[in-house]
Amino acid sequence: MKFTLSWLKEYLDTEASVEELSVAMTALGLEVEGVEDPAATLKDFVVADVVGCVDHPDSDHLHVLQVNTGAETIQVVCGAPNAHAGMKGILARPGVAMPDGMVIKKGKIRGVESQGMMCSFRELGLGDDHAGIVELQSDAPAGTPVVEVLALDPVFEISVTPNRADCLGVRGVARDLAAKGVGTFKDAPKPDIAGGFKSPVGVTRAFPEGKGAACPMFSGRYVRGVTNGPSPQWLQDRLAAVGLRPISALVDITNYLSIGRARPLHVFDADKLAGGITVRFAHDGEELTALDGKAYTLDSGMVAICDDAGAQGIGGVMGGEATGCTEATVNVFVESALFDPIAVARAGRALQIDSDARYRFERGVDPATTLDGLDRAVALILEFCGGEASDLVVAGALPPAPKAIAFRPGRIKSLGGIDVATPEVIGILERLGCAVAIEPEVLKVTPPTWRADITGEHDLVEEVLRVFGYDAVPATPMPRLPMPAVALTDAQRRRAWMRRALAARGLTEAVTFSFMDSRHAALFGWSDPALKVDNPISSELDVMRPSVLPNLIAAAARNAARGIGDAALFEIGPQFDGPNPGEQRLVAAGIRTGKTGPRHWGQPPRAVDAFDAKADALAALEAAGAPAANAQVNRNAPGWYHPGQSATITLGKTVIAQFGTLHPAAVKALGLKGRAVGFEVFLDALPAPKKRPTRARPLLKVSPYPAVERDFAFVVDATVPADKLVRAVAGADKALVQNVSVFDLFAGPGVAEGKTSIALSVTLQAMDRTLKDDEIEAAADKIVAAVAQSTGGTLRT
Amino acid sequence: MDNLNSLRDETLAAVAAAGSVADLDEVRVAALGKKGRITGLMKELGGLDPDERRARGQALNVVKDEIAAALDARKQSLEDAALEARLAAEGIDVTLPARPDAVGAIHPISQTMDEVVAIFAQMGFAVAEGPEIEDDFHNFTALNIPPEHPARQMHDTFYLPEREDGSRYVLRTHTSPVQIRTMQTQTPPIRIVAPGRTYRCDSDMTHTPMFHQIEGLVIDKATNFGHLKGCLIEFIETFFEVSNVPVRFRPSFFPFTEPSAEVDIGCSRKGGELHIGAGADWLEILGCGMVHPNVLTACGLDPAEYQGFAFGMGIERIAMLKYGIPDLRTFFDADLRWLRHYGFVPLDLPTVTGGLSR
Repeated sequence: MKFTLSWLKEYLDTEASVEELSVAMTALGLEVEGVEDPAATLKDFVVADVVGCVDHPDSDHLHVLQVNTGAETIQVVCGAPNAHAGMKGILARPGVAMPDGMVIKKGKIRGVESQGMMCSFRELGLGDDHAGIVELQSDAPAGTPVVEVLALDPVFEISVTPNRADCLGVRGVARDLAAKGVGTFKDAPKPDIAGGFKSPVGVTRAFPEGKGAACPMFSGRYVRGVTNGPSPQWLQDRLAAVGLRPISALVDITNYLSIGRARPLHVFDADKLAGGITVRFAHDGEELTALDGKAYTLDSGMVAICDDAGAQGIGGVMGGEATGCTEATVNVFVESALFDPIAVARAGRALQIDSDARYRFERGVDPATTLDGLDRAVALILEFCGGEASDLVVAGALPPAPKAIAFRPGRIKSLGGIDVATPEVIGILERLGCAVAIEPEVLKVTPPTWRADITGEHDLVEEVLRVFGYDAVPATPMPRLPMPAVALTDAQRRRAWMRRALAARGLTEAVTFSFMDSRHAALFGWSDPALKVDNPISSELDVMRPSVLPNLIAAAARNAARGIGDAALFEIGPQFDGPNPGEQRLVAAGIRTGKTGPRHWGQPPRAVDAFDAKADALAALEAAGAPAANAQVNRNAPGWYHPGQSATITLGKTVIAQFGTLHPAAVKALGLKGRAVGFEVFLDALPAPKKRPTRARPLLKVSPYPAVERDFAFVVDATVPADKLVRAVAGADKALVQNVSVFDLFAGPGVAEGKTSIALSVTLQAMDRTLKDDEIEAAADKIVAAVAQSTGGTLRT
Repeated sequence: MDNLNSLRDETLAAVAAAGSVADLDEVRVAALGKKGRITGLMKELGGLDPDERRARGQALNVVKDEIAAALDARKQSLEDAALEARLAAEGIDVTLPARPDAVGAIHPISQTMDEVVAIFAQMGFAVAEGPEIEDDFHNFTALNIPPEHPARQMHDTFYLPEREDGSRYVLRTHTSPVQIRTMQTQTPPIRIVAPGRTYRCDSDMTHTPMFHQIEGLVIDKATNFGHLKGCLIEFIETFFEVSNVPVRFRPSFFPFTEPSAEVDIGCSRKGGELHIGAGADWLEILGCGMVHPNVLTACGLDPAEYQGFAFGMGIERIAMLKYGIPDLRTFFDADLRWLRHYGFVPLDLPTVTGGLSR
């Protein structure tokens, strides 16, 4: 909300500076977002006398002025049509910065030297007048700073939180400042309107039984014989300063009360009203053209202000165009009413009308301003526009007054953390408008009608703390536990290990959006419409992602477009199997594209393949402490993987990870050229780590006797998985076989069609003796037999 | 005697002249081998009478030792020369680049969360989490934001489709629902922080539709506003690794706290560069307050018995401030150049004892 210093001083006697007021408002929770102080921006501008004015020799509209600065006479080129010798104007000398930041320089304009600029009001940041340069009606001598001549009014802009409806009026701000001791609150008494006749316009509230709270009270006065012209200059200046265009006295008065006292009003042109006014719920489909010139269709949840012809206003939101005031208006009906905040908020939102009235009503208007504001408005109409006021017409009644709250002053210390002396507490609350009665042990505090947000003891603690100053509350260290427990759960620790293990493997962590494009999501298993976002930010982010991979693929495509074709990215984040609790799953996913590294003189890179993704997946599992050794690798990865180059990793029936080459169609759909490999590890599927009573490791058992390495090459059917062969060898003689590794694969000449030769290196070692040749031979025989039995493989000869 | 001297001189000359280990070996065999000349003279000793034999033997041994020492010395120097020659031939261009290591990076959001958690863990907070698709109760109603409350409009909520019962899930607009879930399932005293993803239907220079927050909650019977200040001031100084940061608690409004405050830190923006902890400007970094009695009640806690504070802050915002990252939108672009520049070394695990950052 914006207001000027002079407006504030209408309600506050204070000597505080603009800076002091700003600091106090922010400390009160009325955050100052900006202060425009023309006195600061205009401090270098001076009054100057135009002593000569001739036409520019080379222009049909420029003048060449001789300007007395008080110290000397200088030449200024000026284009203003009103420039003339003998006038007093406002001069900016070279080096002076204009409010828009432009710095005045000495220069030549069409060949004639100009040593400064004579300014218009708009150029000075003082309103919109740019018809010509300022002509001062002042006897101030040339050289006087303009800040001493012009009535400059600093403008504050504050941010008002939704609970402080009272501070949507300058008067409320003044009261807060006074409560803090920054001046004394004051207010002109309510004018006494002597009604001279009965209002020709009657008022009726017509709500269904029990629904009257939509508009508890509606009041008005008829004023006849007004002359609607411009409002006085001081009012126009204030409105212009806060960004409102002055329109006419009748309109300006309602704006003045809205901003000054947070009291929205409406003025009907009474001659355009057909019969009396009825306040009721609108009919579904009822139409109205509002003051903004737009047609609106109302519904039965909205309050309509109607005459005999139908709806003429939307209660608490905006009046109707047909019954609005014009320059020609002679008789008016001034409305001051109270509307239900929720009904106003709903109507405003449904109709998409943002009006000052809606803004105030939906936050809660002080009920007590209903009649007060009406009479203040009528008094101003009589003052500015003449005319004669009618008796008051009222329908409905004010809601009950706020109830007293039992307030234990000790709560300020126990909740707020600071002791404030009770007389000070009472002073603060009373200055805020509360009525305070002292009872044994407690204060009975009745909040004022304009503070509907104060409903309990905690609110009063906040009020006292806020006015006393949050700064005054001593910062108290949190009491420390003797030794803090581990802050992370097992699952959170596992995730942290996995994150750093993946990054240490050369994958870079990304964070991508949890939503994605539904056109691509189906390729990654999405089908549930319940996961679509109803109001997406864009059609490319319209469904909760069913997998983390597509966003990473899209990211790799963006990186490729920037020239980074070898991307290795991972993300640990959610995927959504459904919208319900428990259907969000935490996944560590990663992809690699391009080659394993840059081209290098000593180490040529190779294209990434599914085994890179497998290594990533296993490393992630291992980092998390998952029993990867017991896991099964199966060829049944979902459809976004290459069917021949992918697998799931399972523990029992639980899929804990999947990896492989990504399906070329899925990759292409996301705009990535070339091959990508990827993995997904499902953190929630990992078995909980075993509870261990101690951190002791099992005893290290190593054999002091030498190990023997023997190589075997087995010829097996090409369909036999290598893993099966390895397991057969490892199981052939568990006491002696310590390690089995695959070191060569071969198919081709010398190996029958449809067969593969798999070469294994086997480490044999006994715990209790050096193996003799015949023992080694016996073990080799067992290995060959086990392979034959398990896979049908034979030793390659 | 003379012939012994000449033998010695000849042999030593041959040792000195030997150009290779092989040549030297020939000299050794010729002098000291089984059929060598020295060996031959030794054999002749048997034919001499004892006195002559002793004198001759001593003289022979002196010559033999001298030759042996000369052979060893020559061998050493020949070997040294050979090694030197080999090493000289094995030279490489050490300015060639080493084999590349693939190095990954930790995203600034993860690193910042780890930093924040490390600090609060020191103060006895545990880490709690909750779902990102939330119901109306946990995201709004239990947090004292009834339907039609103007505060709901401040949230720019993403909605999922209407369900059979007419209700709609929302993408959580803040991490505050985790407060509710924690209070519903745990008995005070409670000290938790809850980091995570949050969503608002807003996208421009300074907003992204997804961002991260960390929530804090303390519930017991004695924690007051002074503790809230103490806790957050300690956090701010530890997190920004700057002592005596000016901190301002400014009254504000949140439906779920009362009294409520926004917290600003002092900074300077001279020359377009941001410096935390100095200067005349203020930067808002978080919102906080004492938990509203209605929230306690909604979670089944008696506000006459329990009280405490809550706070929430944007992870990206404090990461941007601490690490000088200029643009929020770049956090989610997965641009490898950005990630490598603003990301963190994988093994730099932030701790309070070991230092949060390098």
